[in-house]
Amino acid sequence: MIFEYAPAPESREVVDIRPSYGLFINGEFVDGSGTPFKTVNPASEETLAEVATATEADVDRAVQAARKAFGVWSALPGSERAKYLFRIARIIQERARELAVLESLDNGKPIKESRDVDLPLVAAHFFYYAGWADKLQYAGYGTTPLGVAGQVIPWNFPLLMLAWKIAPALACGNTVVLKPAETTPLTALLFAEICQQADLPPGVVNIVTGAGETGAAVVGHPDVDKVAFTGSTEVGRLIARAVAGTNKKVTLELGGKAANIVFDDAAIDQAVEGIVTGIFFNQGHVCCAGSRLLVQESVAEELLSSLKRRLSTLRLGDPLDKNTDIGAINSAAQLAKIRELSEAGEAEGADRWSPACPLPDKGFWFPPTVFTGVSQSHRIAREEIFGPVLSVLTFRTPAEAVEKANNTPYGLSAGVWTEKASRMLWMANRLRAGVVWSNTFNKFDPTSPFGGYKESGYGREGGRHGLEAYLKEIS
Amino acid sequence: MSERLSVRKTYKLYIGGAFPRSESGRSYVVTGAKGEFLANASKASRKDVRDAVTAARKAFPGWSSATAYNRGQILYRIAEMLEGRRAQFVSEVAEADGVSGKKAGELVDAAVDRLVWYAGWSDKISSLRGSANPVAGPYFNLSTPEPTGVVGVVAPPMGPLFGLVSVIAPVIVTGNTCVVIASERAPLPSITLAEVLATSDLPGGVVNILTGSAGEMAPWLAGHMDVNGLDLTGADAELAQKCEELAAENLKRVLRPNGKTDWAADPGTGRMTAFLETKTVWHPIGI
Repeated sequence: MIFEYAPAPESREVVDIRPSYGLFINGEFVDGSGTPFKTVNPASEETLAEVATATEADVDRAVQAARKAFGVWSALPGSERAKYLFRIARIIQERARELAVLESLDNGKPIKESRDVDLPLVAAHFFYYAGWADKLQYAGYGTTPLGVAGQVIPWNFPLLMLAWKIAPALACGNTVVLKPAETTPLTALLFAEICQQADLPPGVVNIVTGAGETGAAVVGHPDVDKVAFTGSTEVGRLIARAVAGTNKKVTLELGGKAANIVFDDAAIDQAVEGIVTGIFFNQGHVCCAGSRLLVQESVAEELLSSLKRRLSTLRLGDPLDKNTDIGAINSAAQLAKIRELSEAGEAEGADRWSPACPLPDKGFWFPPTVFTGVSQSHRIAREEIFGPVLSVLTFRTPAEAVEKANNTPYGLSAGVWTEKASRMLWMANRLRAGVVWSNTFNKFDPTSPFGGYKESGYGREGGRHGLEAYLKEIS
Repeated sequence: MSERLSVRKTYKLYIGGAFPRSESGRSYVVTGAKGEFLANASKASRKDVRDAVTAARKAFPGWSSATAYNRGQILYRIAEMLEGRRAQFVSEVAEADGVSGKKAGELVDAAVDRLVWYAGWSDKISSLRGSANPVAGPYFNLSTPEPTGVVGVVAPPMGPLFGLVSVIAPVIVTGNTCVVIASERAPLPSITLAEVLATSDLPGGVVNILTGSAGEMAPWLAGHMDVNGLDLTGADAELAQKCEELAAENLKRVLRPNGKTDWAADPGTGRMTAFLETKTVWHPIGI
């Protein structure tokens, strides 16, 4: 049965959204030279604010500011840089509610996720890397920063991806020019205010907003020493090509098509929860989402009926409602992509199922969707959908599970559900993926390195490993 | 009695543990430092590159899952076999580089020592590059390095033996397999090294060596979708940029050329870590 819930919306009052935002360059908000764009609330299509577009000339100003600040910032003792980062971490904690509400408004993700997952991880990430700033000589990657880092981040975890980029860069003594995604610029701009509150020296962090051209200007700027990108494999390829023949150091965190593998001896109820977390967390807008469920044939029927029962209890709707499980799709463009691939799934012969799930009239929404009878050649088994769509395949033997799981150009993550430890480790050894979650899924921690194999990109974020991306090689 | 006519060696390619000629039937003249004829070497083609990649891919599951101890033993065995053929290498290096026998001897010794050095890394690099991560929750969380896969290597034109060994050893010691484009100018020691590899318990296909034109072969290797990494040490700036652009198509890990490498210096761990991935495994802790 479904319990009726009274609405429990988080108040918007805590956030003061300005009608328009400029660029954050050299410690100040300045006008952009391009045509401003609107950022909308994907749950209502209401315009939240107008945001400046940085042109190549604006990006150049930001890079110059970062270059100038690099001298000052890299010369600071590590212990002083650490204190700035600790200060930022504390302000993030103090303003966590405001940031969480703003994130949910601009991104469409449920408040329970922005409040309980994104924001705690953002603060933890700054705390973690703050502590490294004066301990680099023990980490094994040298102590020399690279210079100016150009960073381009996606819209699925706007502030968390900002933290993953900025915290290690600053800890190692680099300065940054960061471009948030076009559809989710607001928390990055609020972060700029936090930098001001923390008295961070001007130019150490610069935020330039805009679309793809702004990102290309950041990546292509000749005075950028380091490029860090999280986003699609398609754009990752363009970046890898653009930096060929330069000395720019590059890390790329790209797409995925993770297999979530359930064996017949798995704890079924826990596996069902893991499958739900794996693909419906953040509306499936997760590069490491468990978008391919590989279930052992003997338990497929039992597992799928449990899964469908569980999906019928998910609540889709207002992201600011504390009871909401599934929020809005981030943009009209993303919704169109999810629809197109789902239609391809049906057209190619897979069986589509969604729970009874009324969608709000306004905004961008897609119901939790499960495809069964999927074969490896189907587009929904090969292409990253980046939405709440699960493709179910079956297997008989562990070797077949490995074969199917690895049958993808991606290699970001994988899941294994079994109660047998030796089998779990056997699987973990053979899965060509950067993160293997066993009997859990979609867990993140600043101490734990994250990143892909193969076309899911290169470099690691998080942990001691994450420092390597921002330091000069010692050899 | 006439003087005995010597039996010359035919220099072929090394693919999948066998020594085939180029499928193209092509060869080219290799001369010594003074321009004298040394031998006809095989001039490998695009098809040979693809065959070599297939062999390297086939060898990867076995080699990457061999124990680190076993891989170390085999690298050490390569050093032993190389030492045993010292005289032959000294003469080939002297001819190729036009250096004295003494200097050539030092270069061969350095190559042997480098293999011994890397052999010891096989079961130690994980301790340096792995970590147990103290996540904020009841989870076991362990990161370990794993080999990237099939790596294409453009060997340095200078240093036909020492340079070659210095680029191959770090790639394979961690469990990668490779396709190596030997020095175009001085390819003969590479094929003699292949004879050493073939008798060192190194499984066929772990190292594949092609001789011929780097400018012709390297782009095929760089653009090959079943190659995961690319070491461009031996490529000039123009070729390196072209290859790096091609390598972007499937996001190969690229080791760029780094000016003039001093092979005698401590190599550090960079050549190994360039072709390592980090895998992080999570598991809940509970009863």
